[in-house]
Amino acid sequence: MKLVIRPVTRYAAKPWRMRLLLVAIGLLCSAPAGADDDLWPDLKEALFPGQTIVSGASFMHLTAPERAYDAAVVPVQIDFDAARMDGVKVRSLTLIVDKNPVPVAAVFHYPTDNLDPSVGTRVRVNEYTNVHAVAEATDGRLFEIAVFVKAAGGCSAPANKAPGEAEAHRGEMRLKRLAEEGRDGPLEILIRHPNFTGMQMDQLTRNYIPADYLETIDIRSGGKLVLSVEGNISLSENPAIQFRLPTGERGGIEVGVKDSNGRSYQAAWPIPPAS
Amino acid sequence: MTCPVLRRCRVAGLAGWFIALTFAICLQPCSATAEAPLAMSQIAQGVYVYRGADAEATAENAGGIANIGFIVGDQSVAVIDTGGSLMVGQALLAAIRQVTDLPIQYVINTHFHPDHILGNAAFVAERPIFVGHVNLPPALRARQASYLARAQEVLGSIASEDWFIVPQHLVSGREVIDLGRRGLVLEAYPTAHTDSDLTVLDEATGTLFAGDLVFLERIPAIDGSIVGWLAALDRLKGVPARRVVAGHGPASAAWPAALADELRYLELIAQETRQILAKGGTLQEATASVGLTEKNRWRLFDSYNARNVTAAYTELEWE
Ligand SMILES: [Zn+2]
Repeated sequence: MKLVIRPVTRYAAKPWRMRLLLVAIGLLCSAPAGADDDLWPDLKEALFPGQTIVSGASFMHLTAPERAYDAAVVPVQIDFDAARMDGVKVRSLTLIVDKNPVPVAAVFHYPTDNLDPSVGTRVRVNEYTNVHAVAEATDGRLFEIAVFVKAAGGCSAPANKAPGEAEAHRGEMRLKRLAEEGRDGPLEILIRHPNFTGMQMDQLTRNYIPADYLETIDIRSGGKLVLSVEGNISLSENPAIQFRLPTGERGGIEVGVKDSNGRSYQAAWPIPPAS
Repeated sequence: MTCPVLRRCRVAGLAGWFIALTFAICLQPCSATAEAPLAMSQIAQGVYVYRGADAEATAENAGGIANIGFIVGDQSVAVIDTGGSLMVGQALLAAIRQVTDLPIQYVINTHFHPDHILGNAAFVAERPIFVGHVNLPPALRARQASYLARAQEVLGSIASEDWFIVPQHLVSGREVIDLGRRGLVLEAYPTAHTDSDLTVLDEATGTLFAGDLVFLERIPAIDGSIVGWLAALDRLKGVPARRVVAGHGPASAAWPAALADELRYLELIAQETRQILAKGGTLQEATASVGLTEKNRWRLFDSYNARNVTAAYTELEWE
């Protein structure tokens, strides 16, 4: 329970976050979910109360390994097929690992003129679960897509393999261009941060390490916000965010991140050329 | 057959507190089944090895999947790793008692993985000194809950917290222990297979117990650092041994030739992962392609290769 109770005061300021919290507490207090239980109807109602969510399968693709190799580092990618979006402009994208203690892994917020909301990240998976992505259009419509991922134990897997070193590098960032055939590949930002879940044991004290995770990742290009990510404990250690720049954007990349303990880190780079 | 653990507990029972301490350990397994002695190979004079099964831990193998062994000196015995359950530890103890009645002075853990350490509890009544890498206790404690859950999944409710006996004699650097005219050189390594790798060299016969720093036939598993492991292999190959007991694979292999397969595998993983990173390849691309040419050279390849690549990618992307 520690993990969800701790952030209450911080969460209280944002009503939607309070809702997430209640969902998390509800899930933890109920009997352990079996593999067959579908939490999605309840989760959906808690996160998007009273709203209708239709399938986004005609233009959204959610890619995750069917069986994860490492439950603490499960790559997830959400791609949008611009040609099939039929005027839908995405305002936000919520990534949900249904059966994780805190199901919402991240919310990606886009500026209004964003053309390609495709993103990727790495998540922890605590037990066999559906992973959902819900896109909210600027007109308020909601679209969902899901995949099932077989992985377990990702939230309590020990933090890192070399504790001291990780601490020394906290807040370091990398920016790189991923390769893609035929067009400019997405950019990827890596942030050194333990993103502690609150479910990991301290190697020395044998107490749980308090949750300590990236809350916001703001990405600017030429001074203008291009993507703002709200993170949570379901993002992997050393969070990675892949995203696409609006075409023609050449202004350099600045990233500002803030963690749940109020520490903030910045970095800036020129835009890496497409290879 | 007498139950070795039970017998020893009765002796120790003269001290009332000790009964209480060992009650659970003594009663639980011995009331169920007495463990038959493990079939050991004597690979060198006074050096005995049980070759673990080349499989995942199951109820049938009782977690006996790692190579474990013991060395007999003039005055005492050292155990090196104890297997993946109390039952394997008991069977190892029974095997030792078929060979010698000398006291078990040391139980040495080569690292914290459950298939090497969960048999420790079988030796508590022998009152040995439990020896491990200085990083081992915190690392094991951090993983204890998940290891216990996994052990209970595989072996049932017999798996208990009492199986987690943590070494109290900790080694950083190099240390020599003596079994009576038989010196064992212990060496603690920086992060490689894990952050707690410890090797044991029996100087009398030139036998190196390498723990999981050396895998043979079974695919190596990276739970530390691929860069660190390659550095450790560079240092290991200079160890003046004649044979090695790998953590997994044949009970004994020629040294340092036994390093070749693992070195080739780890170098390939590092090299191909770096290539993928250099050309902007994703983690998904790496796990789908790196190391595949090694597929037919290792047991359990499909269970561990992509996981190793994930570990390598998330380490090397920060170079
Ligand atoms: Zn191991």
